[in-house]
Order: sequence, then C-alpha cells, then structure tokens
Amino acid sequence: MAHEHKLEIFRGLWKFKSNTAKIWGVLAFLTFVTIIEVVLGIVKPEALMSKFLGMKILNWIFIILTIVKAYYITWDFMHMRDEVKALRRMVVWTAVFLILYLIFILLQEGGYIETVYSSGFVKRDF
Amino acid sequence: MNTTVATGTEGKTWGGGNKPLHASYGKMMMWFFIVSDALTFSAFLAAYGFSRFKFINSWPIADEVFTHFPFLHGVEAPMYYVAFMTFVLIMSSVTMVLAVDAGHHMNKAKVTIYMFLTVIGGLIFVGSQAWEWNTFIKGEFGAVQTKGGNILQFVDTEGHRVAVADFAKVEAGDRTQHESKNGLWFVNESELPTYTMSEITKGLEAHPDVLVRTQIIDADGKKTVLSREESIKQLKENGRLFVKGANLHVNEYGSPLFADFFFFITGFHGFHVFSGVVINIIIFFNVILGTYERRKSYEMVEKVGLYWHFVDLVWVFVFTFFYLV
Repeated sequence: MAHEHKLEIFRGLWKFKSNTAKIWGVLAFLTFVTIIEVVLGIVKPEALMSKFLGMKILNWIFIILTIVKAYYITWDFMHMRDEVKALRRMVVWTAVFLILYLIFILLQEGGYIETVYSSGFVKRDF
Repeated sequence: MNTTVATGTEGKTWGGGNKPLHASYGKMMMWFFIVSDALTFSAFLAAYGFSRFKFINSWPIADEVFTHFPFLHGVEAPMYYVAFMTFVLIMSSVTMVLAVDAGHHMNKAKVTIYMFLTVIGGLIFVGSQAWEWNTFIKGEFGAVQTKGGNILQFVDTEGHRVAVADFAKVEAGDRTQHESKNGLWFVNESELPTYTMSEITKGLEAHPDVLVRTQIIDADGKKTVLSREESIKQLKENGRLFVKGANLHVNEYGSPLFADFFFFITGFHGFHVFSGVVINIIIFFNVILGTYERRKSYEMVEKVGLYWHFVDLVWVFVFTFFYLV
C-alpha cells in the first residue's frame, strides 16, 4: 500500500526524513506555540494591552496563534496536506465561510445590545 | 452491440469511472461530519461571544475563576492546569497519528500500543475536566447576589479576595428548610443558603478591612472595589442571597451566563471526548482481534483518528476563548 506524505512544513523550510519524524516535529511546534500562549496569558505584558481594531493586541495574538495551531493539526495530523485540492477546499472553505459569517452576525448583535444597556435604557446597577 | 457511450470526457478527473477525491466513501463522510460538527461548536462559541459582548463591562475574568491546581491548596495557579490538559490532548493526538502511520505499514503491534496510549490520554483528559467542573461547582470564597442579579464579592484593603465564611457573624437561627413532608405538601423550598443576609451584613460592619468588589470592569481592566461606606450601603440595599460556587442559576464569579456557557460548551466537548474514547476502545479491540489484518487495511483507524484529532482541534479553540482571551 502506497501512502504518500508531503514531508515538509513551513513551505519547505523544515523537511523531514519520514512521516514519523514529521509528526514529532509538528508536536514540538504545537507545544512551543502553547507555551508562548500560556506565558503571555500569565504575564500579560503591559505593552500588548493597547487596542487594535477594537480588541487588545494580546487577544489578537492569542486568536492568531490558535488558528496557526488549528492549521497544523488539520494539515499534518489529519493529513489534509496529502488530500487532493478539491476535498481540501470543500471542507475548509465551507467551514471558514460559514463560521466567519456566524461570528460577524452574533458579535455585531451582542455589541448593539451592549450599547442599549450602557446608554441607560435598561437599569442594571442594582 | 456496444453498451457504453463515448462522451469524450474519459480520463478527466470528473469524467467518471474514477474517484476524483482520492478518498474512500467512509473517509469523505467523516470529513463532512466533522464540518457539520465544527459548525455546531462554532455556533456555541459565537453565542458565548455574543453574551460576552453584551456584558463586555462586567464579564468574569477567567484568570480569577480557574486558579486551582490539584493538590495545591491556597496556591494561585491560573492556567497551569488547563495548559496541562491541552498538552495531554495534543499528546494523545500524536499517539493517534502514530497509530495511523503504523497502520499504513501494517504493523499490528505498534498500532495496538499507540491506540492504547491514545485511550489513556483521553481518559486523563476527561478526568481532568471532571475535576475542573467539581472545583468550579464547589466555588471558593462565596459572594452575594443582588436583587438585580449582579454579584458582590469581598476583598481586603489590598484587593485580595476574602471568603464570606471568614467574616460573617454566625447567629443562632431556628429557621429550618421547609420540606413537603413536614409542611404544605404542594410547596417546595430549595436548600437554605449557608449564611443569611443579616449575618453577612453584620459581619461586614464588624470587619473594617473588608470591602465589596462589584463586577464592573474599570479602565485598567480590573474589577471595581467600593469604598467602605458604599460597600455597606450596597450590601444593605441590594444584597439578596448568599451564593457559593456555580450552577445554572447562580455563579459566585459573576454573570450566570458565564457558568451556563462553561458547562454547556466544555460539557459538549467532554461528551465528544468521552464518545471518542469509547470508539477508540472498540477500534483497539478490533486491532487486537486482527480484524484489520484480515481486511488488509487499517483505514478504520484513520477514520476514528480524524474524529479524535477534531476533538483536539475544538479544544484548542475552547482553550483560547474560555481561558485566554
């Protein structure tokens, strides 16, 4: 049975000799990212507390690192890297589009309700 | 007569007669199930975001809620335990993908060992989650819920949390819980709170170094601490009920919605982990029995592997949105 695996990550920057070696390499990378997240979450550097596009820079970093982790779990552990383009797009584009839409709708609405509360139409301070 | 029709598309990817996606039916359906399940989870997380945006100025700060580590009592250790849980789940994902890899090489012994390790990792994770729930439900300091449903917590002058049990003035009371067998059979009363409002108010008045902390987040991202006079006034005017820990109705750490979403999302995820463990155990025994040797393909391991990695993938997001952001 022939199972071909693409054995390089980071667009070819890091090449592996076998699939097993690639798995351990990805684990090392995911652990590294998780450690960065935990350290940032505990230290909470003052420099990252300013806001960018309505959210703290620290939170942007957390979300981007999470998406990076999700990418490597899907691409290397779930072998999405080895699937054909059509299958990859069917799964990823559908999910990404619907999730972005959902997040936009719900956060927009939540923010609107917050302004109704905070501009004094609803009493909540008792 | 010739029964086939030449269409001129033979040999092309979508021309028929081959598998355009190079994936078996089972694997493809697992992928599509994962897409739909991912949408379910993102709907839950987006709903959490909705509620959080709605109460953006009074939402609980996760670092103050999940501060416990097993066997370390009284030590503030935010994040460490959940980081450990994340690592356990990623590690069991690795053993799973190693099992898939061994399956490709038709190496039964290795698949068996790696499947076993995956199951163990899953069990450690579910156990950790049970511990996390238990700590959250029990609570630590206790707080007072106001008439408007807000939460008043207690701190000392340096801003450290103070447990209600440490300052409340216990009075001899003869008020007992009403039970339907002793009183009106058609009326129920829930369990009485440990401390009455008058006990907490008198305790606060007798301890000049205890202050009330509200849920409102100030400009520095900290919860507002009231002055001494305001503390007593707020407690007397609006305090309604002593609460400890969290359940679906009250939450000593702040908005009850936080507890509702925590139980619902981590519960739903924990259920996925649990069913993943059960499926992995079934596959583990199939491997031992040699089912896949006879089938000459370990693709079934690959399919449950996809599900198991998906569970890990969801946890990565739950971790970010509940504990980090």
